[in-house]
Formats: sequence, C-alpha cells, structure tokens
Amino acid sequence: MPIDILMPALSPTMEEGKLAKWLKAEGDAIKAGDILAEIETDKATMEVEAVDEGILAKILVADGTENVAVNTPIGVIAADGEDVKAAASGGAKPAAVAEKPAEPEAKAEKASTEAPAATAAPSVPAQAKSYDASSEFPAGAEVVTMTVREALRDAMAEEMRRDGDVFVMGEEVAEYQGAYKVTQGLLQEFGPKRVIDTPITEHGFAGIGVGAALTGLRPIVEFMTFNFAMQAIDQIINSAAKTLYMSGGQMGCPIVFRGPNGAAARVAAQHSHDYAAWYSNVPGLKVVMPYSASDAKGLLKSAIRDPNPIIFLENEILYGRTFEVPKGDDFLIPIGKAKVVRPGTDVTIVSFGIGMTYALGAAEALAKEGIEAEVIDLRTIRPMDIETVIASVQKTNRCVAVEEGFPQSGVTAEIGMRIMEAAFDYLDAPVARVTGKDVPMPYAHNLEKLALPNVGEVIAAAKAVCYRA
Amino acid sequence: MAVAARKTKAPAQAKTATKGAAKASSAKTPAEKGAANALSNMPAFTREEDLHAYYEMLLIRRFEEKAGQMYGMGLIGGFCHLYIGQEAVVIGMQMASKDGDQVITGYRDHGHMLATGMESRGVMAELTGRRGGYSKGKGGSMHMFSREKNFYGGHGIVGAQVSLGAGLGFANWYREDGRVSMTYFGDGAANQGQVYESFNMAQLWKLPVVFVIENNRYAMGTSVNRASAQTDFSKRGLSFSIPGEQVDGMDVRAVRAAGERAIAHARSGKGPYILEMQTYRYRGHSMSDPAKYRSKDEVQRMREEHDPIEQVRGRLTRDFKIAEDELKAIDAKIREIVNDAAEFATHDPEPDVSELFTDITLEHARA
Repeated sequence: MPIDILMPALSPTMEEGKLAKWLKAEGDAIKAGDILAEIETDKATMEVEAVDEGILAKILVADGTENVAVNTPIGVIAADGEDVKAAASGGAKPAAVAEKPAEPEAKAEKASTEAPAATAAPSVPAQAKSYDASSEFPAGAEVVTMTVREALRDAMAEEMRRDGDVFVMGEEVAEYQGAYKVTQGLLQEFGPKRVIDTPITEHGFAGIGVGAALTGLRPIVEFMTFNFAMQAIDQIINSAAKTLYMSGGQMGCPIVFRGPNGAAARVAAQHSHDYAAWYSNVPGLKVVMPYSASDAKGLLKSAIRDPNPIIFLENEILYGRTFEVPKGDDFLIPIGKAKVVRPGTDVTIVSFGIGMTYALGAAEALAKEGIEAEVIDLRTIRPMDIETVIASVQKTNRCVAVEEGFPQSGVTAEIGMRIMEAAFDYLDAPVARVTGKDVPMPYAHNLEKLALPNVGEVIAAAKAVCYRA
Repeated sequence: MAVAARKTKAPAQAKTATKGAAKASSAKTPAEKGAANALSNMPAFTREEDLHAYYEMLLIRRFEEKAGQMYGMGLIGGFCHLYIGQEAVVIGMQMASKDGDQVITGYRDHGHMLATGMESRGVMAELTGRRGGYSKGKGGSMHMFSREKNFYGGHGIVGAQVSLGAGLGFANWYREDGRVSMTYFGDGAANQGQVYESFNMAQLWKLPVVFVIENNRYAMGTSVNRASAQTDFSKRGLSFSIPGEQVDGMDVRAVRAAGERAIAHARSGKGPYILEMQTYRYRGHSMSDPAKYRSKDEVQRMREEHDPIEQVRGRLTRDFKIAEDELKAIDAKIREIVNDAAEFATHDPEPDVSELFTDITLEHARA
C-alpha cells in the first residue's frame, strides 16, 4: 500500500506553510530518518523527516508552493516491492504523516513546539472579515498588508533607528531570530550590542533591564512567553512599577516588557496563562494588549517612547494574522484609548487582544439575527478607557465583556464594576461576561476547547442581555 | 565568635578567590593569614585621608544614633535598619570610586546615602515621612534615591538590587562611559537566586560592576553558618570565574585598597569583581529586633576591639598627633549637622495630601 507524505505541522499554531524545497527526487530510495523536504512557515524553516521506507514514487506538491495546508498529501512513497508507477498514479491512502521534526535545538518546554496544528487550530474564526482600522491611519498613507508579527518587528526596528537608547534583550532574540520570529532581522541591522541574547534567566535579565532603564536607557525586554515572566515578576512589580513613586518622582523606568501571553494551542496550563488581569492590578504599570497588526505596531511604538514601564501582551495565535497597516515611521496609536471597531445600537461587546476574535465573530452572527452589536477593542487594559465603554453602554444599555483570562478578579469583572459605578441607570440588563473557565488550561483538545471562550458563548450572552431567545 | 575577633585585624594578605581556590579547604580568613604581620602591608592613609574617613564615618554613626533615638520617640515609623558598625565599608569604597560611579544597595541604606553626598536633612526627613525627604515622604527608610548623586536606592526586596546593580553596569557598558556600578548586598541576599543570574550575565558580558557583599554575619537572626553552605562569600563567583577577595571591612584602609583593585578591574573592561567585606552591625537587624541570637559579649568585643571609627581616631591621635580638641571640634560639627537634620525632619510638614496621587506614572513620551 503506497503511503502518503502529509504536510506536517511544525508548531502548535501552524495551519499552513510553504513547501520550500524537496531534497529527494522521484525515484529516490527513502530510509526512515532521511530528510525529504524543507518547509517554511512565517516563523521558521524546518526539515521533514521520513518515518517510512520505500521509493519516493511521486511528488504531489512542487518546490516553492505556498500556503500548503497542514495534512495535505505532498508526496507518495511506494513501499518495498510495490509498483512505483502504480503507487504514483493511485490514490494513496493517507497512512502515515511525515513526522514533524523536532525544532532544531528548540527548548521544547519553552518554545512550545509540540503538537500538531491540524488538531490544534483554536476554535476562533480564522479572521474577522472586514476588520477596518483605517479611520486611524494618517490621511493619504500608503497601506500595506502585514502580519502582527511583522508589525511588531517593524515597530521595534523603527524605534531603534530613531533612538540609540532603545535595545532589545531576551532569550533567542538575536541569533535565533526570535523564538516566534518577532525579532527577525534585528540582529543583522542593529548588531549584538542592541539585540542581546540572554541566558535563560528571566529574573536576572528583567532586573538588569530595569536597572538600565533607571539610568535612562530604553530596554525592550522580550519574554519568550509571559508564563516565564513569573520568574521575573518581582522585578516587574517591586522594582519597575513602584520606583517612580518611592523616589518621589525622581526615578522613571522607561521599559517595555513584551512577549506572547495567554493560550496558544495545546500547550497546557503552564504555557497558557493570560496575565492581563494580574498586571492591570498594579499602579505604576501600563498594560497594553493589541488585537490587530496596526494597533500592535502603533501601540508598541508608543510603548517604546513612553516614559513608564509597559506590559505589552501579545498572542501567539495572532502573530500570523494579517491586517492592513499604514506605512510610515510615525504611525502611533496612543496608549489608553479604546476603539469602537464596529458600530451598533443593540448591545455593547467589549474585549481586547484575542478576545476580539470572539467579539467580532459574535457580532457578525448576531447581525444576521437582527441584533446590531457595537464592538469595542479596549487595546489598553491599564489605564482603561472606560469612558468609551460607558458612552457605548449609554447608547445600547446592554453589555457583554469578553476575555480569555480567568473569571475571578478578571478584566471583565473590572469592566462590569466600572459600568455599574458609572452607568447603572443606563443598564437594561446586568452586564454579562464570557471568560476562560475557572480551571488550569487542560491539554486534551476537547477540554482545551471547552476551557476557552467561544463565539457561541458570546452570542448567547448577547442574546441574554437583550432578552432574546 | 573568636574568629570574628581576629578577623578584623589584617586583610592585607587578602587573596583573590580564583587564585586561592585550590587551597579552599584550608583557607584562613584574611585576619588569620595576616595576623602576624598585621599592619606591614596595610596601605597607609595620609593625615587628610584619615581625617576624611573619620569625618565621614562619624557622620554616619551619629546620624544613625539619632535615627534610632527618633524611632524610639515615634517620629520614624515602619522599618528602620541602622548601619552602625559597618561604616568603614561604604566610606572606604567611596574613597576608591570616582564621580559618576553608581551606588545601589538594599534596605540598610542610610550610610550609603550619606556617603554619596546626599543631604542629612533630606535623608532624615524621609525617615520621618516629611515632604522635604528625598522621596517626598513616599519612600521611607528603605526607598530613597538621588539621581544627582548617582544613588540608585534603597531597595526593600532582599537581593533585587543585585540584578538592578548589574543593570547599572549594563548601562555603563552600553554607553561606554567608563562608570562602575557598586552593587552592595548582604550575606543574606547572597543566597538569593538572582544574585547568581546576575553574576553570570555580568561576567558573560564583562559588565563594570563591583559586587560588595557586606557580610555582617547575620541575615536578620540567622548566622552565616546556619544559612550558607559556602561561608567564604568571596568564592561565590568562582563558577563564573569572577575574582573575589575577603576584606577586613572594619578597617577603612583595607576597604579602600581592595576597592581600588576591584574598581580598576571593572573599569578596565575585565568585568565584575566580588569583595566580601567582613563587617559587623552593632544594632539589631531593625529597630524591632531584640538580637537574642548573639551574645552581648560578642557585640561588646567587636565594639571595643574593632570599631572602624576608633581605629581611625587612634591613628589620628597616635600617628598624626591630632589634638583631642581638634577631634572634639569635628565631633561637635557633626552633632550640629545631625541635630539640624533631626530638627528639620521633626518640623518639616507631612506631604500635601495631593501627593497621594502624584508620581505614579510619568506623562511625557520621548520626543
């Protein structure tokens, strides 16, 4: 029986990739362990290793093909003794997946490289349709399409060109080009003094970053994920956030702590924590959590210029999403300003970061049922632009708040309280919230899906506050 | 305790930890090694240097005594950790440093502030929580800073200042400005994990940092022997190849000499250096510490036989023939400064209530 070679998933969040190059030709003998091909994703280039033996009977996807979905057959292997021609022409039954290769030298724990994406694709809409951020773009600016990952990289590069005091440090940010490729190319442009690979020592390098910032330098400290920033949280809270106050205003700390936050896909409890609520509890910090690429870029640039410690929460699943971004080095989105991304009259749905995917997905579905939701992207969690939310609630009289974080003491809990304080008399229904479930993130696909919010829950909550079945 | 008594004599023979590593098991304290030729190698101070050290150390001593008194009167609240007994450490190091070098330390910080030239009034008023304090009354004893004097705190989390101090060194390295970060911490902090993370990066990147471990022999109530598997703190950087020395921290001359070696090493681009200052605090860990973990006799012996200020005073009268009257005049001047600071700190108003909500974040982004 001929064996199909399937497009492998190389990371928890990979959905498709480019078949860069075949290293074997049709007719070549294949042994287990042979490198068959190279696959490129927006993150990295990986090798596809054979797990079966035989003859490469047919190449189904040619060199250089882009956007090959995970699990697509890319070639066929005829097993020993099989007729190669028959195997090449026959519809091979998918029997074995070319094993995903281990990411070269990746720290398995940290880079969260395991798990096939085919089963791991998160239960969010692929891309909210017609996401339009152009109202904030400079008039006449040329608009390009780019991923959130590229937008973040461009933001750092532009600010590093502009200000010699800005540097980036973290694990794998330089030679490896970033564990999630967010710092790609920065080492080449700025050199090893400004793009600094650190040892795996979060507490120490966070403290070094804060110390450097106290002298007026402007560090960007990348955490491979914010889960690991738990090792460093003392320096973030006790040193970065509090020193300005404790020094009577003398010692500012202009530093950006950034990296992916929250659930990725199938990486379980220690790699899936959303810290938005934690950091937003602390005076002295600003907490930013963008959804779109233009916000990611404009907000990161503002964060780097800001004189305060900023927690900049990214999301691994959003890294690969594409959005329109205006060209130009001076495109800034102010910290502390929410944005109405979809106007509506019947219910306000407020979220931030990846929560926006649920909010926007629900709004589209609700519109088909005659409920026009106004969707607000908070963008900054602290200081929270509650005024924009209140203005909307005064119009719609109903509100659903959405986040991936845990419910107790969550950001949505804060939103609900603030609405009650400022707009109680405008409410026609209690504020509802949709959050991650109150459990450590499970690994199993079905349980993880249950632990995260979904569009259906947001739709149900919106209907409930509208008293619609 | 007998070791302590001998320890203070003769640091002249201090060896670098890297060189001495092979003989670690039989290593003697600098005091023991140097007991025989106690003063033979000790770099002498000039009259002016001894006078300077005397003045500076006595200022700290009298200031701290006054702070203790004011604490007892209820004028100072919270925690208040006095530096009495350890004065030679920071003064000797300051005598070895240059303008622009940074100082950062933990919560036992009043001495470091005075040594960097911060005003007695501002420090004392911060202790009393008044608006004229260095942090406008918002920081207190453990949290004071002076950008002007390159004093970076004043940190209440044990060991946090070590990474921060390495960060000051990083900034010097980044700017290539020739400054050295003098990062002070105690024998207690020396057991924190981030200290070794910082050692590693400081040596990896050759950051100009002098790690000054003030070993006063008790981390709060826990003696070094009860908390440390390696009680020779000068060796704590060995696995990173950071050179280290044990220094008689009760002798300001020994401190300055070691400080000059360490600072020269760091400033020349060779990376960090560790100085273990063997010192002693006379008072409790904080004002609320009854200090039952050590004998009164031990404290008394240290005070009588190894007091850093009395050592200098002895040289001034014996070697430099300075008259008692002249020393009394210095004492009187210092008392005047300290009394003025106490007076100021007692009558300076508390912060305006509007200060509650200021200095939380800064407004202006970099243009």
